[in-house]
Amino acid sequence: MRLRRTTPQGLVRARPGPGFEVTLDGRPVPALPGRTVAAVLWEAGVVAWRTTRDGGRPRGVFCGIGVCFDCLVTVNDRPNQRACLVTVSAGDAIRTQEGVGDAGGSGADADAEAGGE
Amino acid sequence: MRVARVRMRMRKPVGSEGRQERGGRAGAGAVVVVGAGPAGVAAAVCAADQGVRVVLVDSAVRAGGQFYRQPDARWGARRPQVLHHGWRTWQRLTARLDAHLADGQVTHLAERHVWFVERAGGDGFVVHALGGSGQDRPETVRGDAVLLATGAYEKVLPFPGWTLPGVVTAGGAQAMLKGGLVLPPGRTVVVAGTGPLLMPVAAGLAAAGARVGALIESAGPGRLAWGAAKVAGHPAKLAEGARYAAALVWRGVPVRTGHAVVAAHGSVRLEAVTVAALDAEGRVRAGTGRRIACDALAVGHGLLPHTGLAGALGCRIEETAYGGWGVAVDGEQRTDLPGVWAAGEASGVGGAELALAEGEIAGRSIAARLRGREPDRRGCAAAAGTRAGLRAFARVIDGVYGPPAQWAERVGDDTVVCRCEEVPASAVRSAVAGLGATDLRSVKLLTRAGMGWCQGRVCAPGVAGVAGCAWSPASRVLAQPVPLAVLAREEGAAP
Repeated sequence: MRLRRTTPQGLVRARPGPGFEVTLDGRPVPALPGRTVAAVLWEAGVVAWRTTRDGGRPRGVFCGIGVCFDCLVTVNDRPNQRACLVTVSAGDAIRTQEGVGDAGGSGADADAEAGGE
Repeated sequence: MRVARVRMRMRKPVGSEGRQERGGRAGAGAVVVVGAGPAGVAAAVCAADQGVRVVLVDSAVRAGGQFYRQPDARWGARRPQVLHHGWRTWQRLTARLDAHLADGQVTHLAERHVWFVERAGGDGFVVHALGGSGQDRPETVRGDAVLLATGAYEKVLPFPGWTLPGVVTAGGAQAMLKGGLVLPPGRTVVVAGTGPLLMPVAAGLAAAGARVGALIESAGPGRLAWGAAKVAGHPAKLAEGARYAAALVWRGVPVRTGHAVVAAHGSVRLEAVTVAALDAEGRVRAGTGRRIACDALAVGHGLLPHTGLAGALGCRIEETAYGGWGVAVDGEQRTDLPGVWAAGEASGVGGAELALAEGEIAGRSIAARLRGREPDRRGCAAAAGTRAGLRAFARVIDGVYGPPAQWAERVGDDTVVCRCEEVPASAVRSAVAGLGATDLRSVKLLTRAGMGWCQGRVCAPGVAGVAGCAWSPASRVLAQPVPLAVLAREEGAAP
């Protein structure tokens, strides 16, 4: 028993249902139902999926609970989704995001946001 | 900007079990509870027990908040309790919640992000939420009363390298583990910062298979010993701490108190951290820096309450008697705004058990007040006693933990302090020294620090520290970003 490396799923004796595939920039990535985009990417060993708009610096999960907006990602052509909040569905096309996230030009107008003050 | 009188396209909200609720109007004698963590659920079941209709609105798929966050129900975890403290308490509470969901007394609107609560012209409140996977489906819920049980998030103070991928909040690492059953990519995690959250985070990560390279707590052994002596009257709390300490020893996790991570290193992702010893004043002891190779750093410096909805409603927000800020409440958890209650971390950070007690008191108070009665003092006595004890405990905790006094001096000029707008510490310092800014708002207007996506939730304490000005929870109109299309759908406008 001790020889096998513990995993979170093993620890809680989870039996996730059958998995499915999503894509990250066109590359297939395995996913499990109920996981967030961030959890799927972490499981795939991906730690960053966005670059900042000024410095072009890589970012990924920071707060993990939807507060910080560092983990923004494009999902099915919708930019600026919080990877830590969005639950994946089979076939989701996840794309890394550069700068303000509308480089692809899709949906940027409809997604204008108001943030207060 | 006033956002009142926004008319939403009403959709029939779907309950957590696919049950539909009548048109969003909760009816007379109804309370809308915002947040389904320990406080919100405790309040919901207590109010429902006394015949009040409850609509529980929460952003997550399952009830539990951050503390009792769970993986997807379809995963059928047979031992969820190993990642939780006080699991039996939660099981008992959710059994009561499930009964009320079944009898229709409580409706659970899951995956709804509340962005605004407004007073409906003399007749209760309207809670505005966004649903749908893209959070673009507007919904409103009406109630005669509102309970704000919005919880807390983690405070992280800046240090060189803290924006590197792989650096996450301690609570974030725990949330990803509890909810996604996933560990940060890589082999080694260092847990650092200050506060009672660090031990359970390190113990949980280690139990789940991560190699925890070290737990770095900036509070020194002297403070910790003082705290242990002060909480002698809380044997259960001491035992809880001892259990985590023992688990860390058992897993071979080195624990360094009186130490801090002074820098994170890496080019495109985290590769190592430098850990140094602190003196009694919080200064780094020269020559003690030691580099630890790691793939992830889970870091936190305490919790901050979510007071945004309360602030926008006009509720008073103040420093609590047990440390930090919170929505001001009376003995019944009532805010200074009639019809609005607050409980849990939102009314002052003190942990899940305190949240449960406050939620119970709030639920009983709501049930009585909606009928124009005084709450039954005897019924609330046990919870009130628990609340008093846990607030006293929280006050000790607040005295033990805290970032080292000199942390702001270690923030290098080129260190980004506002993550969203990529504002370096040098810009904040020159706004103060060169442009004469004396408060956080001036610093924000001069540097853009705090103007980004998160609206300063993350950076405000750090920017305030670097600028040398006071911090208090900022008042914001909207609690989270809202599509302009939603705001534009005002009454009188084209549908």
